[in-house]
Amino acid sequence: MSNLSQTTHIKIEILIRIIKAFLSDDFEEQARLIPYNMRPKGMEVPYRCCVYKERAIIKDRTIAGLGFPIEEDDETVSLAKYAKQALDRTEISDKNLTVLQAACKGCATNRIYVTDLCQGCVARPCQSTCKFGAVSIVNGRSVIDESKCKKCQMCIKECPYNAIVKITVPCEDSCPVGAIKKDETGFASIDYDKCINCGRCTAACPFGAVHERSQIIDILKAIKSGKKVIAMIAPSIVGQLPGSIYQLKTAMIKAGFFDVYEVAQGADVTANNEAKEFIKRMDEKQSFMTTSCCAGYNQLIKKHLPEIKPYVSDTKTPLFYTAEIVKKENKDSTVVFVSPCVAKRAEVFENENVDFVMNYEELGALFIAKKIQINELEETKYAKEPSKQGRNFGYTGGVAEAVKKSLKDEDLVKPCLINGLNKDSIKQLNKYAQTGECEQGCNLVEVMCCEGGCISGNSTINNQKTAKKLINALSETSEDIKKV
Amino acid sequence: MGKISVKVCTGTTCFVMGGASLQELLEIIPKKYGDTVDVATSNCLGQCSINWEYSRAPYVKVNENVVCEATVERVLEEVDKQLLNQQENQK
Repeated sequence: MSNLSQTTHIKIEILIRIIKAFLSDDFEEQARLIPYNMRPKGMEVPYRCCVYKERAIIKDRTIAGLGFPIEEDDETVSLAKYAKQALDRTEISDKNLTVLQAACKGCATNRIYVTDLCQGCVARPCQSTCKFGAVSIVNGRSVIDESKCKKCQMCIKECPYNAIVKITVPCEDSCPVGAIKKDETGFASIDYDKCINCGRCTAACPFGAVHERSQIIDILKAIKSGKKVIAMIAPSIVGQLPGSIYQLKTAMIKAGFFDVYEVAQGADVTANNEAKEFIKRMDEKQSFMTTSCCAGYNQLIKKHLPEIKPYVSDTKTPLFYTAEIVKKENKDSTVVFVSPCVAKRAEVFENENVDFVMNYEELGALFIAKKIQINELEETKYAKEPSKQGRNFGYTGGVAEAVKKSLKDEDLVKPCLINGLNKDSIKQLNKYAQTGECEQGCNLVEVMCCEGGCISGNSTINNQKTAKKLINALSETSEDIKKV
Repeated sequence: MGKISVKVCTGTTCFVMGGASLQELLEIIPKKYGDTVDVATSNCLGQCSINWEYSRAPYVKVNENVVCEATVERVLEEVDKQLLNQQENQK
């Protein structure tokens, strides 16, 4: 995507307003006013039928921004009350996504549909090709009986007028594991037993109906109360905000963080450990090993693909090792992971060394609310400079390369890449698990849930190409990873 | 004929609200227009504080004209328009 979508634009604007409200001297009242300030009286209505509906939708989005599930809102509770509840809460939920169901109304259900372009032809290839007897002719035109239709799409292929279309529900279509569905009532909902938190639906929905439940208020609260709040920034953050990552550190300290660590530092540990483990497994005559740093992939293994577990590296993620270092060096600290995706929220929920997650959009919103011009600031060094390969962890191919470069004999590694989890690549992984073997004699499978790697995580704001270029520009200045 | 100058705002507001991907213009413009158009990034142009706050960011300046809610396409359109104006004025 070359330009930021309107839905993301609105979500970020709401986050900025929530943060500004928190920083004001009357959080509750300012939170209540967000829909009115965004859609003031007399304003031209940009998207929906009237200003009142616009405000109602913005209120729902603000509820998610304050960290609550929209589905449970009964419409009687004011944003002021929600703001108060956000201040009072002491725990976060493991359900990371929430759906603004009011937006689902505009979205037709998944089906095969004969449009007005049907000419009522004599040949009727749609009818003769259908193996399920779902196509009949009513008033000279083809009609599909949905109770019989298996959505095989043969009629679409056969129609010489291109009159038959597949109507898709974008969130359902985007989900690699069938966890989000429009139910009988026409509302989409998420099945958390299946959801791998890949966040693809948040980006796919054209109404912007799927929201992350933000922890921004919890983080701001910790900062305000004077706690030592330490941020760990993922390698994929490079290029997602203006300026260099050294200016970014200055900006984050200005925004109230006590210190900032690069997770690329932990990526070096992951790569080294994974390299040692790789040698061991190859010595034990295992035919291949997969990487284990992607949180979306780890959720997939747990919920859908336990068969591949024996082949998955036991090495921990860069987030894990970085958090260990942070906690060791700062005993009484609150730790925030700055993340490209929802999936890491799930990982953090299970990691006792990390307290909260904020994504790139939220961090950007914080800088905007605090009027911090990152690219005009001085640079601050990090306590430890990560390696070139550690800094390249966030794009496809980076992890496998780091493992390879960690070995004295680099030629031992024959990598292959699962670049993005989808129905096909999940099948492929399943095949590897069943046969115990990988294609073309490859022995290290790098798995990235997002196509392109973390640089295309659901909360990234730059395009892949530019982001990768900027990461490379930084990593070129870094030293090679140490060998094991 | 004066050179046209394109300034892509990389102030925090613009960058986060969609300006990040406008950095593509730094490659696209020289390729498309050669040296008739200058393109560079710029620190905050100050537009976000005067024009209905952040909701119309990102901004790009093409000579003295400000392109609001800028996209790559919108900026190129404005450049084309100004190039055409320049040619007309010369006739």
